[in-house]
Amino acid sequence: MRHRFLSFRDFDWTLLGFVVALSVISVFEIYSATLHTKFVGFYKQQILWLLGGLVAMFILSMIDYHRLLDIIHWIYGFCVLSLVAVLAVGTKILGARRWIKLPGGIHFQPSEWVKLVLILAITRYFVGLMGRKLTWPDIFKAMALVGIPMLLVLKQPDLGTALTYSPILLAGLFLGGIDWKKAGILVCAGLVLVGIAFSSSKILKPYQKARLTSFMNPGSDPRGSGYQILQSKIAVGDGGVFGRGATKGTQTQGDFLPIPYTDFIFAAFAEEHGFIGAVIVLLIYFLILMRLIQNAQTAADLPGTFLVMGVVAVLIFQIAVNVGMVIGLMPVTGIPLPLMSYGGSSVLFTFLALGMVMNVRMNRFVN
Amino acid sequence: MSDTIPTFERKEEDLPAIKLTIFQYAIVGVMLVLIFGLWRLQVVGAENYRALAQANRVRKVPILAARGQLFDRDGRLLVDNYPSVSCFLVREQGHNFRPDLPLIARGLHMTVEQIDTILRKYRTAPKYQPLPLKEDITPDEQEFIAAHADEMPELETIDEQRRLYPKDGFAANLIGYVGEVSAEMLNDPRYAFYEPGDVVGQSGVEETYDAILRGQDGSHDVLVDSHGREVGTLGTERSIPGKSLRLTIDMDIQRAAENAMGDRDGGLIAIDPHTGEVLAMVSRPTFDPNQFAVRIDREDWDKLLNNPDHPLLNKAIQAMSPPGSTFKIIMTLAGLQEGVAQTFKVDCQGGATIYGHFYACDRHHGEVDIHTALPYSCDTYYYELAARLGIDTIAKYAHEVGLGQKTGIDLPDEISGVMPSPEWAMKNFHRKWYAGETVSVGIGQGAVAVTPVQLARAIGGIASGGIFKRPHVVFPDELPRDYRQAILDSFPGSGDVTIPIDPANWEIITDDMANVTQSPIGTAYAARLDNIDFAGKTGTAEVVSHSFGALKLSSNVSERANAWFVGVAPRRDPDIVVAVLWQHGGWGNGSAPIAAKVIQAFVDKQRRLNHNLLAEAPKTVDVGAVWSDPEHPDAYAGKPLVKHKDKDETLASARAGHFLLKVPPVEASASVSNDR
Repeated sequence: MRHRFLSFRDFDWTLLGFVVALSVISVFEIYSATLHTKFVGFYKQQILWLLGGLVAMFILSMIDYHRLLDIIHWIYGFCVLSLVAVLAVGTKILGARRWIKLPGGIHFQPSEWVKLVLILAITRYFVGLMGRKLTWPDIFKAMALVGIPMLLVLKQPDLGTALTYSPILLAGLFLGGIDWKKAGILVCAGLVLVGIAFSSSKILKPYQKARLTSFMNPGSDPRGSGYQILQSKIAVGDGGVFGRGATKGTQTQGDFLPIPYTDFIFAAFAEEHGFIGAVIVLLIYFLILMRLIQNAQTAADLPGTFLVMGVVAVLIFQIAVNVGMVIGLMPVTGIPLPLMSYGGSSVLFTFLALGMVMNVRMNRFVN
Repeated sequence: MSDTIPTFERKEEDLPAIKLTIFQYAIVGVMLVLIFGLWRLQVVGAENYRALAQANRVRKVPILAARGQLFDRDGRLLVDNYPSVSCFLVREQGHNFRPDLPLIARGLHMTVEQIDTILRKYRTAPKYQPLPLKEDITPDEQEFIAAHADEMPELETIDEQRRLYPKDGFAANLIGYVGEVSAEMLNDPRYAFYEPGDVVGQSGVEETYDAILRGQDGSHDVLVDSHGREVGTLGTERSIPGKSLRLTIDMDIQRAAENAMGDRDGGLIAIDPHTGEVLAMVSRPTFDPNQFAVRIDREDWDKLLNNPDHPLLNKAIQAMSPPGSTFKIIMTLAGLQEGVAQTFKVDCQGGATIYGHFYACDRHHGEVDIHTALPYSCDTYYYELAARLGIDTIAKYAHEVGLGQKTGIDLPDEISGVMPSPEWAMKNFHRKWYAGETVSVGIGQGAVAVTPVQLARAIGGIASGGIFKRPHVVFPDELPRDYRQAILDSFPGSGDVTIPIDPANWEIITDDMANVTQSPIGTAYAARLDNIDFAGKTGTAEVVSHSFGALKLSSNVSERANAWFVGVAPRRDPDIVVAVLWQHGGWGNGSAPIAAKVIQAFVDKQRRLNHNLLAEAPKTVDVGAVWSDPEHPDAYAGKPLVKHKDKDETLASARAGHFLLKVPPVEASASVSNDR
């Protein structure tokens, strides 16, 4: 065991600054988007979650990530069990069984946290294989590691969250040293699998398929499945260069934009703050991601790099899919925009992930 | 545990830095794609999407245009509009109105089932289209809607102008009625530009001239949220009211015709043969078009549809019957024009045996020639004449005067009647023509069938010396040019034609017709009009086929013969022709007084107009050079200034100033024919 010396002087205050900036923007946009709805006041709840997230982040940043990696197989086992529990005894909200009701009336959604656990599990798995070429059994084991919780979440059904597990596996395979040939075979197999999933009625629910087909041709049914994407594009386009101004977006305020405080918050923001505002938000995301990669580069050891890059992979995937959806480049999948969308589980995951990154950074000069 | 987790020192060979750089470039790539997407929507497509956003939240509440009014030929109002409020259901996305239905039903005094029926009827209509829930709502229903505007944004009221028709079915079958455009109509290319829920003319003038009478609906643009709640107003596009139309109908003549017809089943039409202008048109039984102005009850509608006497039919143009003896005018024309009848004589001994079959006449007329045959209405004469002329000649003249074809009157669904001939029998029944049929046709029985409008046009034309005019109810000159042509194209028929009639023959025919009513031997002498040159012909059309001679005034009304009369005044170049079909009226002379009353009303009005100069604006006579006072001839000098030619009467005495001279009314002359 080495002696580890941690100091908040090494805490990534720059990164935190960007994160807080986005969080503040998020609170204002949630305020604006819910102003004329029955959800008015959600921004206060979001502030509480953000504060809770900050505390959780600081706490996790104090815990050595090696300790977490030591016990990850237990945590992983517990997570799979909790996902099974959700399917068995979970609360059904809006036709999906995603939540476990805890004492005190809090609904807990384990699938968000599984992301964090998977980042740790994949890190430990690939770091253990480091130094040799990946064989097919290595790859299949990694796929099973991610695939089991993924299928359980898909079963809830929660396609969006299940999809966010895939970048963890991909980043692991990429960093773990998969060769080009195997990567090519995997890509082809993946495409075939998607095709099968799409044609089979067992794997994708009809509404999920409808979302995907309406994405291909949103004009086909402007009041049905394509409605959300169309309304979102109208909202974004309506913003123009300078935006309609805070609380003045007609699509957002007129309730045409679906759920403008969660999945479509970026559309609401883009309508009210225009191209300039939207690009500034993307720029902040870019800076956060670049800062994270810098932390990965300067990590003291391979597990640190792996952990940070796992977080990067999840974040960029969610940003790309969510913003892509909002501007009509991606289908509706129900993936929230990290640090912007309203929702406690999402906020807590993001801040815990950042807490882990902070810990990696604070460990960077440790030998 | 720690021995199972080896801690790795950072080694370049384990994790090439290039991999993290690839991540960085991937992130840059993703960001560029997203920014490009935003650029496309917010910078390039901003205008387009702003318009879409605008369209999203702007709802057009229609402002319904008032239909044009209808006037009679003298500019008197026949059909007007009155303001009314209707309730519509707006089904915008978002708000679920289903739970509100019981309350809505209670507030509007309807049942939920009634509302469900409406919803089902419009289930294929686009969501943005408001559904008509209830028309002509009462003030308390308006109050209800206003009071619940917040909870039930789906209820919308619209101000409308509703049709106000004359009472008691006055000219109802001619004017027609309006109603919501039906699904079948929408499939018709003529109604390509109509939308479900539009109110259109469904029959009569309302249907033919719908495009002129209907205006252009405007709209009131309101801002709404996605629940359809009104949050502001944008602007208003005014509706353009429909154009008014002047009909050729003369309200005075129409009133006389309505009264004369009473409650007898059948049809009546009065036409000015010089122009084809329809002066009056009556159909019995009739209906109250005001029932249609507000949505008609199913019960009332069924009653109208199932009435065996067909109140919705305009019997002046949609009822046909054998013309009976009125056809003898056409026979007389054919006989004279062929040069046969001038010398043709028969000895009527109560019938004739032709082709081995006995055909009965109702009397023993003795010797009958062309001058007495028509006033007597001697069947024997026309049996023999028909046999002599042959069916081809008869059919040729009947076709020339327009029988067996539509007249082309500008009203919907005119029927063409039947003029039988050997070709007709072959074409429709694939059989030979029987010689006996010719004899029946000779007295207007058998398969020949005419409508009142056809008969009026034919007899009016014959009395006018062969000038036939297309009957019409709207002055073509007052229509837009393209519409005028469209009317002609849409209502093809015998139209305007002139056939040469020898003036000598014309004189004989018209004198014969005059003798029907003016000679004591005539069948309609009882209907004669003093001081009016009234001519015509009765006709009795058998309804149930039976052997000839069995005509009787049956106690069973539906078996009674149809009574025809066609009359003109004056006898030559008439100003009016009236055709009356009294269904199941019995003898034809029963219809003659009906026509006589119409003609009397017409002549009375013409005389009033022609002679009562006081009805016109008084003319001023300048007597400034003379001092006189017509009121007080003796006031000043007391000396008569002007001596009236005929009357020993002082006109005026001198007085300063300008004033009117009284013009004594001129007495009416004896006959209308002398006036022209």
